[in-house]
Amino acid sequence: MTSFRALRSDFLAYGTGYLLSLALTLGAFSVAYYRLAAPEVSLAVILVLGFVQIIVHMRCFLHLSWQRSAQSDLMLVLFSTLIIALMVGGTLIIFFNLRMRMM
Amino acid sequence: MPRISEPELLHTGLNLDNYPPARLAQVESGVFGFWVFLMSDAVIFALLFGVFGTMIYASVAGAPTPDSEFKISATFRETMALLSSSFTYGLVSLSLKLGARRRWVALWLAVTFLLGAYFLDGEAHDFIDMFHVGAAPEHSGALSAFFVLVGTHGLHVTSGMIWILLMGAQMAIYGLDERVKINFIRLGLFWHFLDVVWVCIFSVVYLRGIVS
Repeated sequence: MTSFRALRSDFLAYGTGYLLSLALTLGAFSVAYYRLAAPEVSLAVILVLGFVQIIVHMRCFLHLSWQRSAQSDLMLVLFSTLIIALMVGGTLIIFFNLRMRMM
Repeated sequence: MPRISEPELLHTGLNLDNYPPARLAQVESGVFGFWVFLMSDAVIFALLFGVFGTMIYASVAGAPTPDSEFKISATFRETMALLSSSFTYGLVSLSLKLGARRRWVALWLAVTFLLGAYFLDGEAHDFIDMFHVGAAPEHSGALSAFFVLVGTHGLHVTSGMIWILLMGAQMAIYGLDERVKINFIRLGLFWHFLDVVWVCIFSVVYLRGIVS
């Protein structure tokens, strides 16, 4: 049988993940709704909050960690993130460069 | 077998404590395979984000953009529904791990399905409202990119909901045997992954549009 402790830590993972995500979502939406800062600052805050929330989801809901049995999944995700960063970053750099030249 | 060399993380949803190590490795490689699929999906979404990013800032000649049509309250309700559905799916996984009765699993699965339906209903209304005020995909590159990106996510949520129905049927027919439980783990990864994509969408598409 699954030990009580393991279940408790699983439930805590989902619970803290949910609460943290709620807090981060509320934070991001209130920055936009109440216009708490200048547009550029707001955008930066929203993107940072979104990034933190993705990490929370990965850790608490998708159970990625440095533990041995989740390590290959985590490595795959990190490698995919690198590929994605190269592709999306490269696309954006090239197109913004083109746009600058056309102005 | 010494305790220290056993895999530490047990996938929520399976009681893997008394599994033989060879079987455990098989389950893990099955889950890893699904991660590979999810990451290929992530590449699709990332490139749609890339297209959206170039279109929203690089559109010329005063073409309309989706930014002026966003309604923060609708987006907020959809976000809450999808986030809560991720949590209720976590309760599905926990019920499975606890070895709970089928009706508990079915209950949380049904709640997850309804929250997903609420999300899709809100998104459909948003799209219809945008069409009514003339913000249709053909009016600008930015609008095309918006509808492709958010629409692709909506299609994924739809297929996730069909999958939830199928899992309900599998559970009713086969009971909670090992194959069904592994399918529940895969569905869980898919559903939580869609929530991660939605976090990117509401931050980069909706909230960016509202603050700028």
